[in-house]
Amino acid sequence: MIQLENVTKTYPKASRPSLDDVSVGIEKGEFVFFIGPSGSGKSTIIKLLLHEVAPTQGKVVVNTKDVTSIRSWKIPHFRRSIGCVFQDFRLLPNRTAYENVAFALEVIGKTKAVSRRVVPEVLELVGLGGKEHRYPHELSGGEQQRVAVARAFVNRPLILLADEPTGNLDPDTSIEIMRLLDRINRTGTTVVMVTHDSNIVNQMRRRVIEIESGRIVRDQARGVYG
Amino acid sequence: MRLKYVLNEVLVGLWRNVTMTVAMIITMSVSLTMLGASVLLYMQVDQMKSFYYGEIEVSIFLRPDVTDAQRQAIDTAISSNPLVAERTYETRDEALKRFQELWKDSPEFVKSVGPNSLPESFRVKLKNPESYKTFTDQMTGMQGIQDIIDQRALLDKVFNIFNAIQVGALVVAAVMALAALLLVGNTIQVAAYSKRREVAVMKLVGASNWFIQAPFVLEAVVAGLIGALLGFVALFVSKIVLLDNKLQALTSILTPIENGNVWLMLPLLAGVGAVVSAVTAWVTLRFYLKV
Repeated sequence: MIQLENVTKTYPKASRPSLDDVSVGIEKGEFVFFIGPSGSGKSTIIKLLLHEVAPTQGKVVVNTKDVTSIRSWKIPHFRRSIGCVFQDFRLLPNRTAYENVAFALEVIGKTKAVSRRVVPEVLELVGLGGKEHRYPHELSGGEQQRVAVARAFVNRPLILLADEPTGNLDPDTSIEIMRLLDRINRTGTTVVMVTHDSNIVNQMRRRVIEIESGRIVRDQARGVYG
Repeated sequence: MRLKYVLNEVLVGLWRNVTMTVAMIITMSVSLTMLGASVLLYMQVDQMKSFYYGEIEVSIFLRPDVTDAQRQAIDTAISSNPLVAERTYETRDEALKRFQELWKDSPEFVKSVGPNSLPESFRVKLKNPESYKTFTDQMTGMQGIQDIIDQRALLDKVFNIFNAIQVGALVVAAVMALAALLLVGNTIQVAAYSKRREVAVMKLVGASNWFIQAPFVLEAVVAGLIGALLGFVALFVSKIVLLDNKLQALTSILTPIENGNVWLMLPLLAGVGAVVSAVTAWVTLRFYLKV
């Protein structure tokens, strides 16, 4: 499903590459943690998968498509098959939970009728049934992240990316979010999560790929944070 | 489907920064008014040229002491000249009568001109007005000729003035257009900044580029259309106020400007306003803001 082949990424004006000749393959339906210290290159992987940046060298293949060779005007279409949640939730502050999720549908051309059917369903799935009309500032951190997950998942993407999703959450809420991501993974969605939350990693016991200074130093099937 | 949503967003966006929107619209309307005036003038002058150049004559004024033989020679020369379309001859009395008729509202002026003050003349219409020079050269040597005057030279002067005005209007239009485009660019930047969160989310979830850009481009287009409308109204009002009333004197020179021509300006200005605004907005979004 995801293939990084000899990927190197050097940002302009950087003294060393963020990612240095990284090769890794992720199968459909896997749940993978990318761990490592700050600056190790974890977030760059997310950016490469979303094609926010292009690799300096190497190939990024998502769902058999070479991401770097996709024309720039086709990138939006490509991004619809990937959902992403972030540490800062990235919700629209002046829209309700319902509207935030519906927004993701509307801007890709789905009708209001589709929204009315699908959005309550997915909000229920993430455990926010009954809170559709709350604004982000009326929701707790955990609830906001659930809205973000709902938004990422509403289109039933093939891949769900998560860039430090529990970074702003307390340990208990973090576990809840992880359970949610686990549920989503069980529906067949490939989940790739970047984190430095050792707690979560140790509890989940999934494939762990450790990155240090741009290189993969460990790739373990049912790993711990170490 | 999306139209009401988008239209609402556009109006809200324009209103959010009202002062900037007003500035944008004003500069656009001035620019478009100048453009419209220039085009109208061009069309007018074109019409006038065909009218006037068709009417002009070469006037050959004879000396007061011209002999019959000389007059006869000149007459023959003119009549036999292949460049000549027609000719008329005016005696001194006829010249005087015409003069009195022309200036009948100023009896004092008329009294000061006696029967021998005005010269006799041949009025010649050339087949091709452009051949004035050739004709003049041919006639100059003949005895008895006081002056050969081509009205065309006079007309050329008048048309040169109109040309200058036209060019002036275009220059103003261009300068104002530059100001307008900069304002459009600025407005777009402000709008995009205030919507940066929405734009970021839209890019994340995979909204197509066009969908993201459309509301901003439309903001500019709506402003452009309003500017065009104002410009057209300005032109129409000017036409009525200036030409139909105040500057009546000019109308004796200008051939009448048809209202039809002025109405033609509306789609022209609207088109130019909309297209130029849209392109500027799109370019600003794409290359400055990478939206």
